[in-house]
Amino acid sequence: MKDKFKRIFKGGLGQLTIPIIAIVLLVIFNLIRDPSFFSIGISHNNDGNIVLAGNLISIINGASELAILAMGMTLVTAACGGQDISVGAAAAIAGSAFVKILKASSAITWPTVIAAFLFACVVAMLFGTFNGTLVSVFKIQPMIATLILYTCGRSIAYWINGGATPTVSSPIINALGSFIPGIPVPTPVIIVIVVALVFKLVFQLTSLELFTQSVGINGSAARLNGINSTFIKLLSFIILGVCVAVAGCIGVSRLGLINHETLLLDVEMDAILAVAIGGNNLGGGKFKISGSIIGAYVIQMLTITLYAMKVSSTDVKAYKAIVIIILVVIGSPVIKSKFEKLTRKLRSNKQRVPAKGAE
Amino acid sequence: MNKEKKFFKEPLTDTQLLMTIAIGIFFVMYLLAMAILRGGFLHPQQIFDMLNDNASLIIVSCGLTIVMIGGGIDISVGAVTSLVVMSCVLYLNKGGNIFVSILLALGIGLAFGLVHGYLISYLEIQPFIVTLAGMFFARGLTTILSVNPQKVDHEAFAALRGVKIEIPWLGYYAKNGNLIPGTVELGVVIALVCLLTVFVLLTWLKPGRNFYAMGGNQQSALMLGINVKRTRFLSYVICGLLSGISGYVFMMHTGAGNATNAAGMEMNAIASSIIGGTLLTGGVGNVIGTLFGTLILTTIKKIIVSSALNKPWWQSITTGGMLCFFILLQSIVLWVRAKLRAKKKK
Amino acid sequence: MQDNALLQMRKINKVFPGVKALSEVDFTLRKGEIHALMGENGAGKSTLIKVLTGVYQMDGGEITVDGEKIVIRSPQDAQNNGISTVYQEITLCPNLTVAENMYIGREENVFVRRRYYEKKADKILTELGIPARSTQQLGSCSLAVQQMVAIARAVDMKCKVLILDEPTSSLDDKEVNLLFNLMRDLKSQGVGIIFVTHFLEQVYEVCDRITVLRNGELVGEYLTEELPQVELVAKMIGKDLDELSNLGEMEEKTEVDSEVFYEAQSLSSSDALPFDFKIHKGEVNGFTGLLGSGRSESVRAIFGADKVTGGHVRIKGEDVKITRPIDAMKHGIGYLAEDRKRDGIIADLSVRENIILALQVMKGFFKPISRSEAEAFADEYIDVLNIKTASRETPIGSLSGGNQQKVILARWLLTHPDYLILDEPTRGIDVGTKLEIQKLVLKLAEEGVSVTFISSEVEEMLRTCSRLIVMRDRHIVGELKGADLNQAQVMKTIAGGESENEG
Repeated sequence: MKDKFKRIFKGGLGQLTIPIIAIVLLVIFNLIRDPSFFSIGISHNNDGNIVLAGNLISIINGASELAILAMGMTLVTAACGGQDISVGAAAAIAGSAFVKILKASSAITWPTVIAAFLFACVVAMLFGTFNGTLVSVFKIQPMIATLILYTCGRSIAYWINGGATPTVSSPIINALGSFIPGIPVPTPVIIVIVVALVFKLVFQLTSLELFTQSVGINGSAARLNGINSTFIKLLSFIILGVCVAVAGCIGVSRLGLINHETLLLDVEMDAILAVAIGGNNLGGGKFKISGSIIGAYVIQMLTITLYAMKVSSTDVKAYKAIVIIILVVIGSPVIKSKFEKLTRKLRSNKQRVPAKGAE
Repeated sequence: MNKEKKFFKEPLTDTQLLMTIAIGIFFVMYLLAMAILRGGFLHPQQIFDMLNDNASLIIVSCGLTIVMIGGGIDISVGAVTSLVVMSCVLYLNKGGNIFVSILLALGIGLAFGLVHGYLISYLEIQPFIVTLAGMFFARGLTTILSVNPQKVDHEAFAALRGVKIEIPWLGYYAKNGNLIPGTVELGVVIALVCLLTVFVLLTWLKPGRNFYAMGGNQQSALMLGINVKRTRFLSYVICGLLSGISGYVFMMHTGAGNATNAAGMEMNAIASSIIGGTLLTGGVGNVIGTLFGTLILTTIKKIIVSSALNKPWWQSITTGGMLCFFILLQSIVLWVRAKLRAKKKK
Repeated sequence: MQDNALLQMRKINKVFPGVKALSEVDFTLRKGEIHALMGENGAGKSTLIKVLTGVYQMDGGEITVDGEKIVIRSPQDAQNNGISTVYQEITLCPNLTVAENMYIGREENVFVRRRYYEKKADKILTELGIPARSTQQLGSCSLAVQQMVAIARAVDMKCKVLILDEPTSSLDDKEVNLLFNLMRDLKSQGVGIIFVTHFLEQVYEVCDRITVLRNGELVGEYLTEELPQVELVAKMIGKDLDELSNLGEMEEKTEVDSEVFYEAQSLSSSDALPFDFKIHKGEVNGFTGLLGSGRSESVRAIFGADKVTGGHVRIKGEDVKITRPIDAMKHGIGYLAEDRKRDGIIADLSVRENIILALQVMKGFFKPISRSEAEAFADEYIDVLNIKTASRETPIGSLSGGNQQKVILARWLLTHPDYLILDEPTRGIDVGTKLEIQKLVLKLAEEGVSVTFISSEVEEMLRTCSRLIVMRDRHIVGELKGADLNQAQVMKTIAGGESENEG
């Protein structure tokens, strides 16, 4: 433990610097603007339960689907060096599958919900396999391979439910989407924590993290060490599929209905941004899931901050764009090298003695 | 080396082969539609309508083809188109001048192209992120300008909109026996002019050939003396400019500005280019193929509408399926070709 | 200043962080001369060429062309001064036509007159005897032809100095002849040609003069007819015997007659011609030969690193099929690749993660090595191999080349292989550590591990190997053991020994 502390102290936060700075800046900005912004209150929700409320809670709650998708997207980005732009459409498909099973069952009980969720998982994993095969076997760029599902995914979701936007009302679904009676923390937030823990567990019990990073950083060396790159890339898409299913089901549970057009619309862009803000290299390689999670909350906080400043939901996009540009410009290799040259000049001039036959 | 086969003509380059496949598929599809589905397909006006409705798409697809040949991508074209429409509509409604409105359209497109080009080429930021931000920015600005739809209320513009070119021989007989000639909007003419210009650029002009070189092998292009940074910059600027033109043509077609205009246009443009034989990895592509790519996409939509598969979701699903088919086709054709070449070399 | 000196490079210096790549190197090229530039890896050949072509800026020295001092800051500058280069990797665009590749980047005006350029190109192609049509897509031509098109482009730009960087690596004999005729043609036109290659016969066939570099320094410039092959080889890879005598006694190596661990018949891959090979338990053997002779390709075929196209392999007497690295690893074979940057290190990962990588792959997906175990392994090997790193968590990319090599070595040692293949393990490592690695190799052999050791420094291999396979131009040309294991015999065999195996 002391080792870790020393490391952070000496070496800075490394990859997590930008997302944490971003959060800190947003928090400070909001506190200055409105000191009561982050107050957490206790109130009663519609069902008469005691719940936590306040801006902070709605930020963390609202970013749940995004955080989960960002976690899966990080893995795909790390292994394949590209992004999956179909996650929103795929979530709509998963949500539709979820609803279809619920509607088909006579009564909605915990077992039916679990069955429906598993069905949604399988469906999402199948589509993940489709995308993954295009990328790992046919060597198609991820962005283009997933363009296919992006184009027709929502229509497939529409088709699954026969052209309707069916609703599901049930106390269980309601609990999943908002609050489980007796637990003041919103359920989606709990689900995010569970998913994050599952990821941690997977990384603990398998060598997925090491293999994925190796494939992403140096595919040739990874192969020469016996790693099956095709399998790893395919696996990353399948895992993303599970995340998609979870996100889709949460989305459905919140509203109690599935609307293929609007469910998690444009979330893929936010997910990619979350991964980038989290300090992960969009070209693949070393990654930190925690960075992407923080990145998701940064985006959500940015959005809510803008809403609080009375920016309309349609205009938010423009402001988001500016923030993105600033972030990527700072992170661009050209700017980075100029910055490094500057800091090198400012530091002491220690001449490196050139030696023959390197050490 | 001495056992050269006798060719009548040069074997097709990758570009030409993929384009030929696209054109072929279009004709086959259309002819089948004419034979099996009959109805609207038998009237030449169908094709004219397809062009009328997609003039702006054709224009942005040309821009996207250029960028993709150079090895990049631009997903902001739809958003920029929409922004141009809204801006020009509002400007004209305030009593503006037609010529200035045209300049406004070009200016907005150009501005986006310049910024994208600079960030991507000189600051070396990934094109996807830069143009994603551009897309967000343009969409956001559109709603900031006006959340509600706006119709154009401008005399000169209405006159411009009304310009239709009649094609005498190809028409259809109305119920009363009169021959109604086929009509093509001004926008289509503009689109075809743009198409032709880009074709000339890519085939015969130095900057155009440089795009191919850069996309084919960036390192080589650099060694061959091409200013790669400038070439890349130029490709995004041209794409931006074409987005501006497309916006104006869009406005001429619909006569109104709306925040949801051109939604998804960028993906349709990318799909058109891919179907038409443009490779995402760069170096291969042809605007004639892209034109047919657009026509294929529209034809599918029309076939779906006319046929039994009339449910609203089939359109996207078949478009997606078509896209998948062409992406795999590209991948396989090139892989087979490479293998054949390797065999020949040994 | 010599009379018909076309190009003069004087006292060229080039320093990279931690390495002096070129030290006071002189090079002279005369008009109408074909001049070979030779040297092993790390000799400085490619650095010198890159300085001349503007890819690198030199840190000291001067360059004159036709008597005028020039400054070269970019490839464009080199071009403008009449210096053209044709690289080993094709620097043309395969998606464009032959004619376009010849003229792109230097068309006169904006409008490209395709017919005009195609006609022009055809004329040059026929003049130079290049079998290609100007309207062909370059990608459809063989590599040899692509190379020649690149030369044609250089020639058309009226270059004074033409640099050919390893042009014959992928050509067959007929194509090489074609190339040589072209070169002789250009020579008669007064063009000076710098021919960078490692194929000895070709040097003697077509070059007038030879310049040899070693360890960033000039060894000398010689007239081809005055320098016998054996001497050339000695100058390229011979080592200063003084330096070595301080390193201690060479161990006595006994003849190994234990069981055969690995045996291959007619093993071939996409890059290696069919060859036979066997190694005994506890034996140390080496592959020697000049750069490009096929040593690395052969061992890669053994490890399954390249696409294996044929052959019969037996391990401990049983037939096995090795087509991928994981197959080899499962049979107890380890492989330290020659190009550690491309094939070895995972740059952004830590020293610890790099060390445990191969072992982890062998253990499988579901048995992760725990953090504490990994840390223990890392610490152990950091100590044993004396790896200089700030901590075990430092990204390997920030270590010096030599230490990176040690980490990769640790990686394979950790897997406790039965057969370890080391391809240039001592490249870029200090002299003291080189000795340690050699001692380590001998210790492994004592413990029953078979080792294949490839090094450009013959002396190293003589100290550790009990058997040396000599390769030249992708064929095995000799196998030395016992009394034949000395520098002189090695040089002789490389330079022109009897072929024991017809490839």
